[in-house]
Amino acid sequence: MSFLRPKFRHPHLPTNELGYTTTEYEGSLSTLCAGCGHDSISAAIVQACFEMNIEPHKVAKLSGIGCSSKTPAYFLGNSHGFNTVHGRMPSVATGANLANRDLIYLGVSGDGDTASIGMGQFVHAVRRNLNMVYIVMNNGCYGLTKGQDSATADRGSKSKAGSVNPFESIDLCGLALELGASFVGQSFSGDKEQLIPLIKAAMSHKGFAFVNVISPCVTFNNNVGSTKSYDYVRQHMEATATVDFVPMMTEITASYEQGSDATISMHDGTLLHLHKLADGWDPSDKLSAIHALQHARNEAKVLTGLIYYSADGHELHDVLNSSERPLNSLRQEELCPGVAKLEEINKGLR
Amino acid sequence: MQPTNTKDPEYYHKVVDCQYACPAHTPVPEYIRLIAAEKYTEAYIVNWESNVFPGVLGRTCDRPCEPACRRVRVEEEPVAICRLKRVAADNKGDLSHYIPQGPFPSNGKKIALIGGGPASLTVARDLAPLGYEIHLFDEQPAGGGMMRTQIPSFRLPISVLEEEVGFILNMGIHTQFLTYVDSLKSVLEKDYDVVFVGTGAPRGRNLDIPGRDEAAAHIHIGIDWLQSVAFEHTASIGKNVIVLGGGNTAMDCCRTARRLGGENVKVLVRSPFKEMKASPWEKEDAMHEDIPILDNHVPVSFVLENGTLTGMMFEIVHAVYDSNGKRSLVPTGEPHVFIPADDVLIAIGQENSFPWIERDLGMEFDKWDMPVVDEKTYQSTIPKVFFGGDAAFGPKNIITAVAQAHQAAISIDLYCKESVLTERPHPMVNLVSQKMGIHEWSYDSMVTIDQRFVVPQADKKLTLCNRKMEVELGFDVATAWKEAERCLNCDIQTVFREPLCIECDACVDICPTSCITFTTNGTEAELRSRLKAPALTLSQDLLVSDVLPTKRVMVKDEDVCLHCGLCAERCPTAAWDMQLFSYNTAKAGA
Ligand SMILES: Cc1cc2nc3c(=O)[nH]c(=O)nc-3n(C[C@H](O)[C@H](O)[C@H](O)COP(=O)(O)OP(=O)(O)OC[C@H]3O[C@@H](n4cnc5c(N)ncnc54)[C@H](O)[C@@H]3O)c2cc1C
Ligand SMILES: Cc1ncc(C[n+]2csc(CCOP(=O)(O)OP(=O)(O)O)c2C)c(N)n1
Ligand code: SF4
Ligand code: SF4
Ligand code: SF4
Ligand SMILES: [Mg+2]
Repeated sequence: MSFLRPKFRHPHLPTNELGYTTTEYEGSLSTLCAGCGHDSISAAIVQACFEMNIEPHKVAKLSGIGCSSKTPAYFLGNSHGFNTVHGRMPSVATGANLANRDLIYLGVSGDGDTASIGMGQFVHAVRRNLNMVYIVMNNGCYGLTKGQDSATADRGSKSKAGSVNPFESIDLCGLALELGASFVGQSFSGDKEQLIPLIKAAMSHKGFAFVNVISPCVTFNNNVGSTKSYDYVRQHMEATATVDFVPMMTEITASYEQGSDATISMHDGTLLHLHKLADGWDPSDKLSAIHALQHARNEAKVLTGLIYYSADGHELHDVLNSSERPLNSLRQEELCPGVAKLEEINKGLR
Repeated sequence: MQPTNTKDPEYYHKVVDCQYACPAHTPVPEYIRLIAAEKYTEAYIVNWESNVFPGVLGRTCDRPCEPACRRVRVEEEPVAICRLKRVAADNKGDLSHYIPQGPFPSNGKKIALIGGGPASLTVARDLAPLGYEIHLFDEQPAGGGMMRTQIPSFRLPISVLEEEVGFILNMGIHTQFLTYVDSLKSVLEKDYDVVFVGTGAPRGRNLDIPGRDEAAAHIHIGIDWLQSVAFEHTASIGKNVIVLGGGNTAMDCCRTARRLGGENVKVLVRSPFKEMKASPWEKEDAMHEDIPILDNHVPVSFVLENGTLTGMMFEIVHAVYDSNGKRSLVPTGEPHVFIPADDVLIAIGQENSFPWIERDLGMEFDKWDMPVVDEKTYQSTIPKVFFGGDAAFGPKNIITAVAQAHQAAISIDLYCKESVLTERPHPMVNLVSQKMGIHEWSYDSMVTIDQRFVVPQADKKLTLCNRKMEVELGFDVATAWKEAERCLNCDIQTVFREPLCIECDACVDICPTSCITFTTNGTEAELRSRLKAPALTLSQDLLVSDVLPTKRVMVKDEDVCLHCGLCAERCPTAAWDMQLFSYNTAKAGA
């Protein structure tokens, strides 16, 4: 058993604008099961941050409890991190974000962590449009505690032991849409070509960016009859569109079929190019997004890609009109402006 | 690309860079693991099987394996393969159970070996146990060829040579030393079934410039001089010595001169320093012994005063390259330089010479007056005469002589059995899983970042006054273990079985050196450019799978794979497995 990843890297690894290779975005060696979908998502996060030229110290990783919530140890080893308690990541993320809006907040959670114990926290982070990326590594079970059905397990899905789930599942994307999430995407751990641009777009988005990633648990939920297995997801995947993430100031060179493509400009000036759009779906129209999700569900399909996007950009800080500067940078003069100022305020209240 | 045919043993053979580069294809990683396990005797025998002279080669080999070592591509310095071989030789135990002991039942065939260097000795070792009666002729008083007469004792102690020559001669070889064969015809007339010519390249090149004849008493041909030192006919040299030439012979000449009283020894070479033929480590050792190497100096004349040599004149040149990269040495126009000298050693190359082979025997000679020899079978145009070593294709080195001689021995055996010489026996290959448990391998898969360890040397003050004192001390076993751990186990192959793969990407994500990519198929050039990291080392192959369920193929660039086994550890279905590939070239009688 290897406990360390060898230090050597390929001599011709590409570098990004900061001069970094992906090495600077790696974490320690994963202890998850061999073949766990979560590891692929970690790799996609590494690649996305590398491609976006993000300085690792500008990122804060937050998670709850679960195999999925362990993954921040396995990526972005040079970033800030907070491994909270089960289901409580949204509160810590909210607090951290309000204290310092200069960081990129990357929340990582599981379907158990989000849809069961953390549901009460999750919904409030969504409705407040907290400026963060919230990734659910969704395997339909509690992997860490040996594979019990989670609230996202589909009705009729069969567990490894053979029992069939009798309960309706929670569709996290539908829920996020309902609660006003301004960016909603869904993907599959085994499809990095889609997942990486989606994560990049989520990181460019201002407001709550929710990405639900189907991520097979190879150990407890990759059996025949499971709707979260590698085989099942591959056979039932249906994309809203092909996603291309175009970095800032880059000329679009690819040509797309007329009538089937759309370009979205993100808040930071980057572009998201979608092509081969699904029939009747418009990424900025919530109704069509809800319809597409329901339709896929009726057809027993897993809808992937960008599902909904709002250009509104009114996130929690804007609502609260809170400090633009991180609290830790505020000096005493600013926090305690003196007797004269107090007088002025008091006068206004009289 | 087509799926890689890994059934062809040459595919995995090529992945084992060092073994592939070794002319004798010594299973290097295998013996390095044995050294790490302190099984020195076994490590020695693995070597002895392939290269016949592990103790000698562990000190003197030209080591073509080292520049090929994967470690060069991954970090910088190769594993000290050669010096680890010496560790096996230094620490080996009783070999009597391993080395074939005569007398061997006779097969009725009789072979004459002309010359007693590594080539002839290898033929003897390969054929004696098969029952051949072997007669070896050499003009020298003992066996070993240039290993005895040329390679100085401060690099190769005579006891090491004697032991390894002894293993062979003790197999019941009939030796006739102090016997110069002056006629091939007379040998052919005797009742030998086969004659093997292993006479080396015994003539040193001369330098015919003004003053050569007049100063002859103080001008020596390098290889003749080294030989006369080895046999203790020469015990001293002047204080000021010029050595001409840039190869390993020049390095041995200058270092020997330092030990025989040369205080002010200089090497003068025509070419630029970087392009000298000598191995980098030989140059380093010479310079360490206070021997300056003056490059870009072309000899013009020997200078005499009152009939005795006082030095040499040189013209200064610089190298100019034409559009094809062809070099010419162009004078800079600076005035000629005089370098004083009491003695001059000429070490500017060696030639073959066959004055003892009559030209009317029906043996074909080429336009350079070299016998025509088949490159695969080593047979000459007289069917029962075979060549090997420096005599076959000009001066090379010991390991090449050994490798060629193995092939010649195979041919001789086939010839005596009246089989077809071109139908060569296949190598013995095997592929065995190293899996011991879920994440356990039977080899040490950890990759150390240690840099190459330096072999300690004896104090210069001592070695320079004793020609026979070995300079290198060899690794102690503790350092040897650390150096052995640097080996990346390139013979433990990453074997891919596509029916098992569920395309989870775990191997792609974990591989530290980005070797693995799943992508749509394409031409080789195109694939090389769009892998996870570009595959720029064209000499290293791509392992390409059959088409997978997602219509993609798995492509692995072998270039900088660390053989760390992480891909196989992270694979949920054991689609990757780490398997030991053993490859042993066929020997005579196989
Ligand atoms: C100074 C020097 C240093 C070297 N150092 C190295 C080194 O460090 N590492 C390395 O790998 N290689 C080295 N070499 C090269 C190496 O020694 C030869 O490549 C190798 O010995 C060739 O082996 P061989 O069996 O073909 O011939 P040789 O070793 O040359 O043996 C030929 C033998 O045949 C005998 N012989 C020749 N003609 C006749 C005849 N007509 N009748 C009877 N006997 C005859 C000769 O006396 C000699 O003993 C060195 C060479 C020189 C000159
Ligand atoms: C307060 C609390 N309750 C219960 C647990 C036990 N527990 C640990 S992980 C886990 C479920 C994790 O499921 P999920 O978030 O889907 O992560 P996965 O392991 O599947 O990636 C549970 C119930 C706990 N650690 N803390
Ligand atoms: S139990 Fe499942 S979710 Fe957890 S590491 Fe293993 S495969 Fe991944
Ligand atoms: S053994 Fe596997 S993981 Fe290790 S370097 Fe080679 S391909 Fe990569
Ligand atoms: S880890 Fe194994 S199953 Fe997964 S992609 Fe690699 S070879 Fe295939
Ligand atoms: Mg889960």
